[in-house]
Amino acid sequence: MTAAVASAAGAERRGRAWRRFGRHKPGVVGAVVLVLLAATAVLAPWLAPYDPYDLAMGPNGEIAFAAPPSPAFRMGTDSVGRDVLSRLLFAGRVSLTIGLVAATVAMTLGGALGLIAGHYGGTVDRVVSRFADAVSTFPALFLILTVSSFVAPSIVNVIVIIGFLSWMPAFRLMRAEVLKLRSTDFVEAAGAVGAGDVRVMRRHLLPNAVGPIVVQATLGVAEAILTESALSFLGLGVQPPVASWGNMLADARSITVLQSQPWLWLPPGVAIFVTVLSINFLGDALRDAINPRAGR
Amino acid sequence: MLPFLVNRLAQGAVILVLVSFVAFGITAAAPGNAMQTFIDPNIPPAELRAAQERLGLDRPIHVQYLRWVREVAQGNLGYSFRTGRPVAAFVGSRLGPTFLLMGTAFALTLVLALWLGTATAARPYTVLDYGVTGAAFAGISVPSFFTAMALVYLFSLRLGWFPTSGFEDYAAGHAGWRLFVDRLWHLVLPVTTLVLTGAAELVRHVRSAVLDEMRQDYVRTARSKGVGEGAVLRRHALRNSLLPVITLVGVSLPRLLAGSVIVETVFAWPGMGRLLVESVFARDYPVAMAINMLGAALVLLGSLLADVLYAVVDPRVRYS
Repeated sequence: MTAAVASAAGAERRGRAWRRFGRHKPGVVGAVVLVLLAATAVLAPWLAPYDPYDLAMGPNGEIAFAAPPSPAFRMGTDSVGRDVLSRLLFAGRVSLTIGLVAATVAMTLGGALGLIAGHYGGTVDRVVSRFADAVSTFPALFLILTVSSFVAPSIVNVIVIIGFLSWMPAFRLMRAEVLKLRSTDFVEAAGAVGAGDVRVMRRHLLPNAVGPIVVQATLGVAEAILTESALSFLGLGVQPPVASWGNMLADARSITVLQSQPWLWLPPGVAIFVTVLSINFLGDALRDAINPRAGR
Repeated sequence: MLPFLVNRLAQGAVILVLVSFVAFGITAAAPGNAMQTFIDPNIPPAELRAAQERLGLDRPIHVQYLRWVREVAQGNLGYSFRTGRPVAAFVGSRLGPTFLLMGTAFALTLVLALWLGTATAARPYTVLDYGVTGAAFAGISVPSFFTAMALVYLFSLRLGWFPTSGFEDYAAGHAGWRLFVDRLWHLVLPVTTLVLTGAAELVRHVRSAVLDEMRQDYVRTARSKGVGEGAVLRRHALRNSLLPVITLVGVSLPRLLAGSVIVETVFAWPGMGRLLVESVFARDYPVAMAINMLGAALVLLGSLLADVLYAVVDPRVRYS
């Protein structure tokens, strides 16, 4: 009976959160755009008109180098004759995957450390907290760049570097949440009836701290996509011929391209912008939905 | 105040030690060392081992660390693998342009964010408010290199108002006043890039801080005794909302430093950020690590200043 009441209350709370989310118009638009972007990324092999890594040959056998958009190549071609639209679609797969996975790594690592530090407190907490302080004292991009100088540049390594050097915000947030929860009655009661550390962390602390963590995770994806693009733009991230939005822009760094071939640098830039903006809107809407009093 | 300062400095020192662990750890983890970079491949292995002993590279890692710390404390940051020049002098020569760029950007970011943040908080939920908030969201979502490229495209290539890159027009050989103007001209686009990103980040926080203060009782009191809206805003709400903003400004320094890496690279600005990218490409670890340490020290200094400023500005804050 109490369980039924509790679950009804939970359902109502969720219902209210959904309604608040629905009222956040930019958030809803962002969510729709992200679904579409994810779909184009998944379906890239079927949507892309040409092979992104090879010289593209149009329906009438035409080949074009650094050509402006035309019916055969709707976003034009690059200097080696590859189709820009196809590259953009495949680059989206790479950039979105890196953003998602790197942010997940950072969240998991930071979340787990925060849970442990907050729950055990004492020396464990002091050591991990000071370590987090030290790592976040470096300007993030500085360390990421330095580590990428001696790690072979591959997609997996880019994910690992970004993930392992951006866990600190998630750690701080999780630790703060756990400290708040630790002295609540239900957590103390769980401890009193003999629930072990792992059980308390898994069943009581983690589920109740999940809200703010989800918001942070969303923004973490945006951050990771921006970091990957910056790294690839500087030539230390995803390596050609594999396309990412960042390294497509790196190819366009010459003055000639900038001045007279905007179809090479506008699309990847706009793609990053639209993606990150949508994620930021979504994060804002989630924050409102989960905690209506925060912000504004 | 003094005990607080001492305590805060001690905390900073602890972090600095940990920072040096991280820095040294990364350098130690990097493949290759000074030996492999400088040596002639024809040297016999026995001599190599002797040299390794002389340089202490065969010693345990903690001994090497302590030696490194002693040298760093004496101002010796090692030698660049790439050029053989002392790191301190090498990095030092790049500090001027970076500080010029960052200082200008920092000051303008603050002014812009405070102005727009207060203006939107004064008239919340109006066209201006939605416009600025939307622009701020856009600003934090654009990669800074894309902003930089768009600015170069528009203002250098299309309109021809500003140079596309560089620190000054070396070929023109300007001096005195002309040189100053020339450098100012080169500064416009890189600074604009940094300000657009930085202000977008800050303006939302200023807005919500001012908005919070506008709801306080003392604001209602001020209004009810007939203080004009402008004075309420500037003299009461803005001043009090500076407190959370000070903390944020301290936190935004690492972002500004990271932004300088991108902006200096795009605009070929001869600063520290671009040197970091060059060193990373050349696997010049001593230089890269020195820049990392310097960045960390600047961030620590920034947060220390923010804390002290906080205590000075807010009479309620009493550290003991």
